[in-house]
Amino acid sequence: MSAITRDEVAHLARLSRLAISDDELDHYATQLDDIIAAVAKVAEVAAEDVPPSSHALPLTNVFRADEVRQSLTPELALSGAPAVEDDRFRVPRILGEEA
Amino acid sequence: MSVMAYDEALERYEPVLGLETHVELGTHSKMFCGCSTTFGAPPNTHVCPTCLALPGSLPVANEMAIESTIRIGLALNCSIAEWCRFARKNYFYPDMPKNYQISQYDEPLCFDGYLDVEVDGRTVRIEIERVHLEEDTGKSTHVGGATGRIQGADYSIVDYNRAGIPLVEIVTKPIPGTDRLAPEVARAYATELRELMRSLGVSDVRMEEGSMRCDVNVSLMPRGSSEWGTRTETKNVNSLRSVERSVRSEIQRQAAILAEGGRIIQETRHFHEDTGMTTSGRSKEEAQDYRYFPEPDLVPIAPDPVWVARLKSALPELPAVRRKRLQAEWGVSDHDMESMHNADAIEIVEATIAAGAPAADARKWWMGELARRANESGKALADLPITPAQVARVTELVASGTLNDKLAREALDGVLAGEGSPDEVVASRGLQIADEGELATIVEQVLAGNADAVEKVRSGKIAAVGALVGGVMKASRGKADAARARELILEKLGVSE
Repeated sequence: MSAITRDEVAHLARLSRLAISDDELDHYATQLDDIIAAVAKVAEVAAEDVPPSSHALPLTNVFRADEVRQSLTPELALSGAPAVEDDRFRVPRILGEEA
Repeated sequence: MSVMAYDEALERYEPVLGLETHVELGTHSKMFCGCSTTFGAPPNTHVCPTCLALPGSLPVANEMAIESTIRIGLALNCSIAEWCRFARKNYFYPDMPKNYQISQYDEPLCFDGYLDVEVDGRTVRIEIERVHLEEDTGKSTHVGGATGRIQGADYSIVDYNRAGIPLVEIVTKPIPGTDRLAPEVARAYATELRELMRSLGVSDVRMEEGSMRCDVNVSLMPRGSSEWGTRTETKNVNSLRSVERSVRSEIQRQAAILAEGGRIIQETRHFHEDTGMTTSGRSKEEAQDYRYFPEPDLVPIAPDPVWVARLKSALPELPAVRRKRLQAEWGVSDHDMESMHNADAIEIVEATIAAGAPAADARKWWMGELARRANESGKALADLPITPAQVARVTELVASGTLNDKLAREALDGVLAGEGSPDEVVASRGLQIADEGELATIVEQVLAGNADAVEKVRSGKIAAVGALVGGVMKASRGKADAARARELILEKLGVSE
């Protein structure tokens, strides 16, 4: 497996809006590499008699009751947003001119 | 944009319809978290780490939403999946903070059903492909640019209160064979579906607030061909009337293109209430691959057959069955029942009858005078400022001889103008039918003043009595009982019919 580069970690961090220091870039690159290598082992043991699954646990029907719970305040909800306007999340132009 | 006359379009082409309807469920809390679903709250007050997709949060499915979806499926004669999963639909609009919407893909909760609708006295069976559960998206406002639309905007602002509200999508199979009734069939289907949702109590289905939204697919094939044409999908259709209009205008638009040898582009189109026409939206050919995959944060759903059977046996009387029962109880014709249904008047007429009005009177006032008022003010019948009980009281006042029809209309006027109950309006406006003594006096005066008409009636031209009755009504300022006045006139002139 190819190693995860510092640049890739920096890219992921930017997409995820996470502030990561230079030291942490190396740290996470190694960690992510290990995780991907570990997960890749699954492909080695996958056999035709093992059905694909979408969840780690053999459970069905995990539901919650239809009850209202406390939401965040708008101040708190918006506190992590890069830009805010009128109590709404402000996002860059969605479609280009040609759309 | 050129369009072809509807009749000509139908002579040359045969339409095929398809409808995708989204219904917001009326649960208290969202699909995967405990935030409230109440409409109209200040922006971003019904949001939490789960529906904002903050790191570490996990969704858990709302049992009531699952139950409501199964009930909808059962009411639409669908099979219910024994086992199914949610799926991630990945895309890059910011209306979902997760960058994906939790939906269902190849494993819908309900599938293969049908809904029968009545159009023009005939039953059309609409086959249902699937009913699946997903979450609604946030509401974007586009800032800058001339139109307030996403195209040309400088940036957008997003309110996530709606993000995560349970949303049911009901998809029909393609509907061929509706011919020139395609617009009416589309409307009848949306109407029937809305009533079905109401009777199940699963949604308030307010199209103007977006809790029910229709996407209308239309394609045309030349007469004699069996190969379906390219379809377009019209969005932004937010009233029953618009469903009908959008099908009609899209048939006319496509026919004009095809007749000139053109090609229909598979695309999303937007319906405009003001012009009744559609304009091009995003091209479906460029629509991105949503990279659906089974949702790893949620476990599969395997509805217990005992639960499903219990839900099925507890379904309420469905609207079509109820209408048949009411029609028999009220003794009205198919045509009158269909008119009431189309005017969305059945519930209100039923409530008026329950408040004591005879069926014929309840129907007469709501479908006549009150329908006219509603039409004039551009309101729905149910939004007129008068209650079924008040209408029932007016019919009672007519039956007891206190009011005639003309005075009853005045009483309704007063109630609609906010002057109080029918009895208060009758008292304050002095609406009271003339008593026998007053009536006799007025009849004498009118006979004395209309020698010509009197002579005609005496000489056998009974029809001339109409002018005399009219004179009595005028002299009494509408307060006479016309039928009784006619009797009195004939009696005094010694003429019998």
